[in-house]
Amino acid sequence: MKAAAFDYVRAESLAETLRILAERGEGARLIAGGQSLAPALNLRLAAPDLLVDIGALTQLRYIEPAGEALRIGALTRHVDIARSEWIARHCPLLTRAIAEVAHPAIRNRGTLGGSLAQADPAAELPACMMALDAVIVATGAGGERRIAAWDFFLGVYETALRADEVLTAVEIDGLDAERAYGFAELSRRRGDFAIVGLALAARRRAGGLAEMRLVYFGVSDRPTAAPGAAAALARRDIEAARAALAAELDPFADAQASSAMRLHLAGVLLERAFAQALEAAT
Amino acid sequence: MRVRMIVNGEPVTAEAAPRQHLADFLRETLGLTGTHIGCEHGVCGACCVRLDGAVVRGCLTYAVQADGARVETIEGISDSGEIADLQAAFTERNALQCGYCTPGMLLSAQELLSEIAAPDRETIRNHLSGNYCRCTGYHAIIDAVEATARARAEAKR
Repeated sequence: MKAAAFDYVRAESLAETLRILAERGEGARLIAGGQSLAPALNLRLAAPDLLVDIGALTQLRYIEPAGEALRIGALTRHVDIARSEWIARHCPLLTRAIAEVAHPAIRNRGTLGGSLAQADPAAELPACMMALDAVIVATGAGGERRIAAWDFFLGVYETALRADEVLTAVEIDGLDAERAYGFAELSRRRGDFAIVGLALAARRRAGGLAEMRLVYFGVSDRPTAAPGAAAALARRDIEAARAALAAELDPFADAQASSAMRLHLAGVLLERAFAQALEAAT
Repeated sequence: MRVRMIVNGEPVTAEAAPRQHLADFLRETLGLTGTHIGCEHGVCGACCVRLDGAVVRGCLTYAVQADGARVETIEGISDSGEIADLQAAFTERNALQCGYCTPGMLLSAQELLSEIAAPDRETIRNHLSGNYCRCTGYHAIIDAVEATARARAEAKR
């Protein structure tokens, strides 16, 4: 289908973007790579009055390591993350997850900020941001606001971002040598939205893993943590972890999978991601 | 809105409504109908074009966003001879039947071959995962891409 008519303006600066958002309110939508928004526009699931194209704000396209921390600009494209050697070495969860984000032609254009602001419940990156305890930086007229990823995703396409704010960066800290990760997802065709997916981050401790975060995607209206399963998994009790999942997840059903099937697959992914994390830890 | 871009090496100035995606602009305004339109929401890959050197979905980029950009379509990379060997391999291996997916398939495959000199079949499959083909069952396409990679590697020796 074709998108409904909209006005279009290409922003030259962040200040101009904020001014336009303040003037136009909820009728305006930001577009960067457009790889989530354009499908929604073409299917007429969204019909804003005005698209504000921030694609030219190249100052927001950066990957900036600082010791054990990492700041990534919102306009960083998926392909940039996939190609970053620093990220592959120090935050391989992102490298692994990015390879599953849609297809190459979409990764060439899609941006980190766009994926997070879109907050598709089946998307990989929001779940990764929670597993990594990332901080999402929102810039408004009053300056920067820092929002924990755990507080950012509120529902289907719904986030803590205000209509007059721009998601400008993501910060991840504690990327030391003790980190271990796992990532797994299942989809019918590689690159399609996951039926179920899982991001795992933990810390290596003598003989095992601790401080484990398990964040599922594709199971409910937002990325969903499974702390009980994570605690059991940290004790290497896979049976208890699976049992905990049954209490912690209540997956939705759709044409792709029933709730019971999703729950079963969540258990399968649990073992796969755990095996990856253990392998990385030894 | 007025848009200016370099299409297949030629400067173009034309009018485009903001809602017109790049694939429609190329087909309807410029008459470059080699870029095909399938799903119009990024799933099928028939509309792939190069934008500033990277392969993108023509249906997920609005023409106004490409203002100032360099665009290459299947017509451009076909005429330049850049993919003549890949096209010959597609014919040789029966890697196309109706041909609807072929322009997008060729653009995606050429991007992979320019990044990785000798991709294995799994890598080729993954790279082409975003391009639907409803005729061939994919095996012949993978064959053609693999054969082209080998032939290019040979030629370099």
